[in-house]
Amino acid sequence: MTIVNLRTMAINQSGTIVAVKVGGELGRRIREMGLVPGTEITIKQRAPLNDPVALRVMGGTLTLRNNEADYIEVEVAS
Amino acid sequence: MEPVLTIALAGNPNAGKTTLFNHLTGARQHVGNYPGITVEQKEGCCLHQGRGVRVVDLPGTYSLTAYSVEELVARDFLVNEQPDVVVDVVDASNLERNLYLSCQFLELGVPLVIALNMIDVAEKRGVTIDAEALSSRLGVPVVPIIARSGKGVDRLLDAVLATAASARPHPVFLRYGSDIDQALTDMTDDIAACTELTAVYPQRWLGVKLLENDEQIVRKTLEAHPEAGKKLIARCESVGQHLQHTLGVYPEAVIADHRYGYIKSIIHQGVVHRKFVADRLYASDKIDKVVTHRILGPLIMAGVLYCLYTFTFSYSSVPVEWLEKFFALLSTGVDTLLPDGPFKSMLISGVIDGVGGVLGFVPIIMFMFFGIALLEDSGYLARVAFMMDRIFHFFGLHGSSVMPFIISGGIAGGCAVPGVMAARTLRSPKERLATLLTVPFMNCGAKLPVLTLLIGAFFSAHQARYMFLSTLAAWLIALCVAKLLRLTLLKGASTPFVMELPPYRFPTLKGLFIHTWERTWQYIKKAGTVILGISILIWAMMTYPELPEARVAHYDSLRQEARQTLAVDTEGLAAALAKIDTDKAQDGLRHSIGGRIGLALEGVSRYAGIDWRTNIALVGGFAAKEVIVSTLGTAYSLGEVDPEETTSLQERLDKDPNWNPVVALAVLAFIMFYSPCFVTVVCIARESGSWKWAAFSMLFNTVFAFILAVAIYQIGILLYPR
Repeated sequence: MTIVNLRTMAINQSGTIVAVKVGGELGRRIREMGLVPGTEITIKQRAPLNDPVALRVMGGTLTLRNNEADYIEVEVAS
Repeated sequence: MEPVLTIALAGNPNAGKTTLFNHLTGARQHVGNYPGITVEQKEGCCLHQGRGVRVVDLPGTYSLTAYSVEELVARDFLVNEQPDVVVDVVDASNLERNLYLSCQFLELGVPLVIALNMIDVAEKRGVTIDAEALSSRLGVPVVPIIARSGKGVDRLLDAVLATAASARPHPVFLRYGSDIDQALTDMTDDIAACTELTAVYPQRWLGVKLLENDEQIVRKTLEAHPEAGKKLIARCESVGQHLQHTLGVYPEAVIADHRYGYIKSIIHQGVVHRKFVADRLYASDKIDKVVTHRILGPLIMAGVLYCLYTFTFSYSSVPVEWLEKFFALLSTGVDTLLPDGPFKSMLISGVIDGVGGVLGFVPIIMFMFFGIALLEDSGYLARVAFMMDRIFHFFGLHGSSVMPFIISGGIAGGCAVPGVMAARTLRSPKERLATLLTVPFMNCGAKLPVLTLLIGAFFSAHQARYMFLSTLAAWLIALCVAKLLRLTLLKGASTPFVMELPPYRFPTLKGLFIHTWERTWQYIKKAGTVILGISILIWAMMTYPELPEARVAHYDSLRQEARQTLAVDTEGLAAALAKIDTDKAQDGLRHSIGGRIGLALEGVSRYAGIDWRTNIALVGGFAAKEVIVSTLGTAYSLGEVDPEETTSLQERLDKDPNWNPVVALAVLAFIMFYSPCFVTVVCIARESGSWKWAAFSMLFNTVFAFILAVAIYQIGILLYPR
C-alpha cells in the first residue's frame, strides 16, 4: 500500500482517503461532500483539458480542480 | 380551525427538493427574493387532512456552515422563524452523504421528518433501505417517497402533522472525540453566560460552531458578550493548536469526521442492504463516458449549445414578431385616434415603445429559461461546467459562466438580458458578479445591425472576416476584463469547484413549466416598472426642449416657398417637402437635451474621432442598441431609417468627410463595449442585488470603451494619416 496525492491518480484507479490537509472554506466544502479520511474513492473521468477531475464517492459523482485535489492524500494498492 | 402549519423543505441540491415542492404546492406558489440578497425565496401552500400547510422551500445546501449565502439563509430561517417541522429531503441513492446535513439538523434540535426520496433509483442500483430501522436509530420519522410520481407524499404529510403535534425535540448529543469533547465541557460555563445567544441557539451547538470557527456565530458572540466571547475564542484556539500539533488536522475536520462516523455507525447496522457489489457502471456513467469524452465531449457540447441558441433565438422570433406587430398596430391606432401633440408623442414613443421593448424580450426569456431548465434539470449543465472550467477558471470565472456568455452573444446575435439572468445558475458570488459585469461585452443581436452598417460601409471587401473578428474580440475582451475585475475589485480566492455531477434524469414537464414561468413573470413584474420609467425619460431627452417658435416658423415658411415654386412638379415638391421635414427633425434632435449632450460631448469624443451626430446616436443607444441606427439616420437628416435596410445611411457615411475606416473602427469598438442598454442595466441591478453594480457597469464599460476607441483612433491616424 502506498500513499499518493489525489492529483496523480489514474482514471479508474481506486483508493481510500487518508488525509485532507486543508482548512477554511475549501476544507469544509471538501468534507461536506463526503471526502473525509476512510472514504473510498474511484477516479472516473478527467475533463477534456485534464482539469477538473470527476470521482466516485459514496454512490455519487463529484468534481474537483487539480489544485484542490492536491490537499487530499489517498492510500492505493501499489 | 387549527392554525396553519409552517414546514420548511431542506436538503442537498439535486436531492429532489424542488420536485417535492412542486408536487406539494402545484401552481400555488410564490417566488420572491430574501431581502437584500439574490437567493430565491419560494413559498407555497397545500391542504392535508383539512389542515392548511405553508411550505417554504429553503435553498439547497450540503451543510449548515456560514460560508455561502444559501447556507446562512437556510440556517437563519430555521433558527429565527422556527418552522413547525423541517422536512429533510434525502436522496436514497446517495444516503451517506445526504445524512451529513440531516445530522446537523439533529444537532440543531429542529423538529425533523426525513423524506427518503428516489427509493426507486436506489432499488435499481441494488440498494434497499430499511426506513423503519433508520427511523428508530435516528429517532425521527423516515418516510420513503418518490417525489416525481408523488408516491408516499401523503404518508409524509401524515408524519409531518404527527411531528408538529408532539413536543419539540432536544438536540442530539454527538461525540466529537476526546479533545473536542473536553473543550466543549470546559466552555460550558462561558457559553451559558452568553444569554443572548443561548436564548436562540442550543448551548452545545454554539460550542461546536465556535470550534468550527463559524464566522456568524463568532461575530455574534463577540458583539453580545465580548468578555466571555474572548475567553471562548482563546479556548478554541488552544484546542486548534493542540490538534494541529498532535494530529495535523483542524478542529472542524475532526468534528466532520465524527459526524460521518456517527452516520456510518447508523447505516451499517442493517439499515442499508446491497444486492450486488457497489460501483457497477450506472447508466449515468455510461452516458458520461461519451458526453464528457476528451474529444467527443466538446463536440457534443458545441452541438447542444448551438441547438439551445437556435431554439432560443430562432423559435422565439415568431412570438416576438407577433408582439412587434401588435405594438405597431397599437401605435398606428393611437396615431389615428389622438390629435398631434406632446401627449400622443409620449404615448407612442415613450409608453408603447417602452412597454413593447420590455415585452419584446419576454418570448426570448421564456424560451431561454425553458432551454436552460431542460439542461439543468437533466443534469447536463453540470457537465458543461465540468468541461469548460479549466478555461474559465483561468480568467477568474467558473465553469458555469459559459452559459451566460453564450446566451449574451458568444455566438453573435444573443441578448444580454437573458444572459444576465442565466448567471443565476452560478452559486459562487464573486465569479457570478464578474460574469454579470462582463457578459454585456458580447455581441448581442441589437448590436448586429450597427456593426453590419459600419462594416458594410467601410470594410465591405472583408465583411465576413470583420464580423467574425468582432465576435472573437468580444470574447477576448470580456474574458480579459473578467480577469482584471477578479484581480482588483472582485479580488479573492476562487470558489472551490467541489461540485456534484448529478445523475442524468428526465426532467418533468411540470417542473420545466413552473421553472420557466416563475422566472419570466419575475422579469415582467420587476423589470417592467423601472424600464417603462426610463423609456419615458429617454423619450423626453430626445424630444425636449422643442424647437423655438422662430425655427418652426422658418421651416413652415420653407414649406410654403416650396409649395409655391414647385406647384406643378408634384414629384419634386414631395421630395423637397420630405427634405425639409428631415432637416427639421435633425434640427429638433440637435436642440433637445440628448442633442445638447451629444454636442457637449464632442469636445471629449473627438479624441476618438467621433462627431456630435454619432454622439447623439450613442446616447440614444442606451435605450436599445438598435436605436443607434435610426438616431444616426435622423442626425444625418435622412429621416426614419429602418435598421434592416441601411443602404442610404451607408452611402451617406461613406461620403462624409468626418468618417473614414479609422473612425469607423473606433466607433465599432466603442459600440461593442460601452454601457449596456438600460434593460440589461436594470437586470444587472436585480441580479446583483444592488444598483451600485448597475451604475458601475454603465460607468466602467463606457470609460473602458472610450479608452479603447481613443487608442484605436490615435494609433490609426498615425498609421494612416489623411
